[in-house]
Formats: sequence, structure tokens, C-alpha cells
Amino acid sequence: MAGAISLHLTQAHAERYENNPATRESAWVKWTIIGISLTFFTLFLLLPLIVVFYEGLRKGWDAYVAALVEPDALSAVRLTLTAALIAVPLNLVFGVAAAWAIAKFDFPGKSFLITLIDLPFSVSPVVAGLIYVLIFGRTSWLGPWFIDHDMKVVFAVPGIVLATIFVTFPFVARELIPLMEAQGKDEEEASTVLGASGWQTFWHVTIPNVKWGLLYGVILCNARAMGEFGAVSVVSGHIRGETNTMPLHIEIIYSEYKFAAAFAVASLLAILALLTLVIKSFIEWRAGLAAKEEVESSA
Amino acid sequence: MSNRNALPGFNLSLGYTLTWLSLIVLIPLSAVFIKAAELSLEQFWVVVTSPRVVASYKLTFGASLAAAAINAVFGLLLAWSLVRYTFPGKKIVDSLVDLPFALPTAVAGIALTALWAGNGWIGSIVEPLGIKVAFTPLGVLLALVFIGLPFVVRTVQPVLEDLEVEIEEAASSLGANRWQTIRQVIFPTLFPALLTGFALSFARAVGEYGSVIFIAGNIPMVSEITPLMIISKLEQYDYRGATAIATVMLVVSFVLLIAINSLQAWTAKRTGKSK
Repeated sequence: MAGAISLHLTQAHAERYENNPATRESAWVKWTIIGISLTFFTLFLLLPLIVVFYEGLRKGWDAYVAALVEPDALSAVRLTLTAALIAVPLNLVFGVAAAWAIAKFDFPGKSFLITLIDLPFSVSPVVAGLIYVLIFGRTSWLGPWFIDHDMKVVFAVPGIVLATIFVTFPFVARELIPLMEAQGKDEEEASTVLGASGWQTFWHVTIPNVKWGLLYGVILCNARAMGEFGAVSVVSGHIRGETNTMPLHIEIIYSEYKFAAAFAVASLLAILALLTLVIKSFIEWRAGLAAKEEVESSA
Repeated sequence: MSNRNALPGFNLSLGYTLTWLSLIVLIPLSAVFIKAAELSLEQFWVVVTSPRVVASYKLTFGASLAAAAINAVFGLLLAWSLVRYTFPGKKIVDSLVDLPFALPTAVAGIALTALWAGNGWIGSIVEPLGIKVAFTPLGVLLALVFIGLPFVVRTVQPVLEDLEVEIEEAASSLGANRWQTIRQVIFPTLFPALLTGFALSFARAVGEYGSVIFIAGNIPMVSEITPLMIISKLEQYDYRGATAIATVMLVVSFVLLIAINSLQAWTAKRTGKSK
């Protein structure tokens, strides 16, 4: 749902429209549209981002650092990293397997399968959390078995990991499927005909071809894994220092009116978001470069 | 299954895909329907039509529709600016459009609340004018506009980029003025993508929780969203009640998913691209 890598056109492209009498609007129309767009952009995107850092640093640098190194905050950071470190690789392997099956082979029910893979994107995060409470909770079918074996899933770390896997499930697959479909299977077939094994073909032909799309899916998956709130909130049980991820920790200290501390932790996640966008822009720039080279070499 | 295919790994990859999909998504989701079946039809109906829950549907769907509509208008203008015009800072604007995808919803929630509360940067300007945003349904709308914004921009932008200049030149040389060209040539081509963006934005808004609860104020009958009703049932250990409401939300999600898939197929057909 986050969209495949888009090749954004360069500045020169927009100028082509602006210099063409058939495709340009009068200056006042142009600047009115830009003005409205930028006002909307500032109100909804720029100011919320700035306010996070402003509020976080409001009580000074020392208070900012203190909010981050507090034991509960550190444990929240650790849990968030743990959940992402488990969820992202699992969904990466799944995404590659799904893309291989869907893009390189024909079988009935393919588009239905793609729809099913997308399903977690359209389910409310709260419902995503609820399903694991229904399965593993105290009153569930599996609940008694887990209690007998002294294992806690819901209101414990495993539940948080499961909910994180669910909400980030489609990210890698979504990026890879269209990319691998577009590349077809000629190169892989050539490789196997020349005697390479399946795994050799996969590692030396397929993976290098999709590496940027793969990275793109992984960073989006990671951003969501570290930032998920609704689903994790349902399964967490909110035990301080134990089952609070960073977003949950933010909620708790915010509800205690420790606003500056809440925004300090929030600013870490905002930095993560900005980093994600920077890497994303870099990948799009690389993909654009590669596409340009291809056009030039075929011309 | 016929595979006159030289490539190996079909059984392994498809088998793994189906197993993982079933374990993580399909079986857990079916738990909702199985649990909901423990309720009689009457009990189910009482839960999902109780006044407080109905009030939450009205807010959730109403605000989601309004947010998607606002995004359709401003998202289109933003996409148009990004594709057609040069202006300073364009690259930064283009990258930051995806912020709502990358920024955790809880962070967005507290940031929007800080901005629009009575003592916030924007709240302190609009509140003296009699417009209260934070802790009202208007706050819910605002949060939903934030999280839905990239969907419209990112579905319209590529279609706009692919539009052939020649078509506009032809319209112009045939005597159409700029407004006629936009309305009768460009807009019909963009429309399926715009509608898809609208639907994606709406679908995301309906299920949204994190960014909304901080700014909503969560006043019963006034500013409670439906996902919050599920949470509040869970907090009272009313698992069946929570499941009943979740069933309604899941059915809505499925319907929206199918609608969006058909819309995307239509967009692909209209723009002559198979995806």
C-alpha cells in the first residue's frame, strides 16, 4: 500500500510543461496552486514534524537526555528493537518466497493470493491485536495449554512480536512482487540452462536484480515494526519496563503529563522516520539512475 | 499445476508462502468469526447497534469520508504542483509527503495534539476565533487527513507523470483553452487514480487508532472512534462484545479491499498499464 518504487522525474520534466504554451497555466494560477499545496503541506506535514523536536527540547538538553536514558525508556527501546529484529527478517524471508512463487510461476488463484497477502494492510491495527488475544488469551482455546506450560504469549513479549509480524506482513512481498514480475524470468532461465543450481541462480541473478526493491521493502517494514501502536497496545498489557515498546512508553508518560519526556522519546522515532525517508529517496534516486542508463544504452 | 518451467523452487516457495500466510494471517483472522459465532444473532445485534457503538460508526465513517475527500482535493493539488511546476524546496516537499507512512502513529497523534490544542501553535490562533479542534470530532478529522494524505498524492502522481504532453498540445491546437483541456482531457484520465487514492485513504482512516486517540478526547457519544470501542470492551474483559464490533470492522475492511482492487484494475485499464 505504500507503493512501489517510483521513478520521480527530474526538475527538467516540470520545466518542459512550464515552457510549453499548450501545457502551462498563467502565473497567478500556478502560484495559487503552489501556495495552497504548500500551506496544506506545512500545516499537515511540516509543523507536526517540527513540533516533536521543539516540545522534546523545550526543557533543555539535559532533560531531553534524561528522558531517553531513564530505565523504562531504555527497556522500551530494547523491546522495540527486539520486536523489529524478529519481525523484519521473518517477513523478509516470507516476502522473497512469496515473490518468487508469484512472479516466476503461473498457477491458478494467483491474484487471490496477492489479495490475501495484502489483507493485514486493510485490517484495523486494533483488530490485529485482538485476534492474538482471542487465540492465546486466558479464555481462549490455546490459553489453558500455554498456562499449563508456563508460557505467556499475550500481555508478554511473544504477543508483541506476533502482532508486529502481522501488521508488517505485506511490506516486502508488496515491493518485490511487481518488481520481479516486471523483470520476468529470462535471466534466471538462462542461468539454470548454463548449469547453475537453483540457489546459485537465486543468489547471483535474482537477488542482485531486486536489491534496491528489497531494501526499500525492508526499511518500510522496519519503520512500521518500530512504530506500531494499536496492535501492540492491545496485546501488551502495558507492564512498565517489561512489555512497553517505545510508542507505548510515549503514551504512558504522555498520559502522566510528562510532555517534554514523551516528545523526547517521540523525537527518536521521528528521527527514525526521517532516516527512512532519506534512504527511500536515495533508493529512488539510484533506481532513477539505473533506468536512465538503461534507456541510454538501448538508444 | 502445469509448470513447463525450467526454474526450481516452486513447491518450496509456494508451500512456505501458504503456510506462513495461514499461520500469521488467515487462522488468526478466522478466530474473530469463530468467536463471534459464540454469540446468538440477537446478542450480536444488541452489541453492534448499541447507541454508543452506533455513535462511533457515525464518527469513524463520517470523519474518514470527509478526510478522504479533503485529501482528494489537496492531494491532487499537491501532486499537480510536484509534477507540473518548479518551486524552491520541491525535492524536500516530495520526500516529506511520505512522512505519514514512516512516522509512528502515536508520535503523529501527540504532535497534532500539541499543535492544535488551545495553547498550541495553531490552536492558539484558531481557538479565539471559536474553532475548537483538539478533543473534538474535528480533531479526529485532522488526524485522519494526516494519515491518509500520501495515498492520494502517491496514486495520482505517477499517472500525472505518464500523461502524454501531445494530448494536451492537440487539445490546445484544436482551440480548447487551458481550463477546458484540464477538465475534459486531463481530469477524466486522472479520475480512476484519484478515486483509488480516495478509497485507500478512506480505508486506512476507518481502522486508524494511534494518531486519533490523543487528539480525539474520547468523549462517549461525541468523539469515540470504533477501534476505541473494541479497546474499551477488551478493558472490561468483554471479549465477545469486542469480537462482535471487530467482526463489523473486518467485514467493512474486506468490502473496501475488494472495492480498491477493482478500482486499481480500472485505473490500470484506463492508463493502459497492466500491473
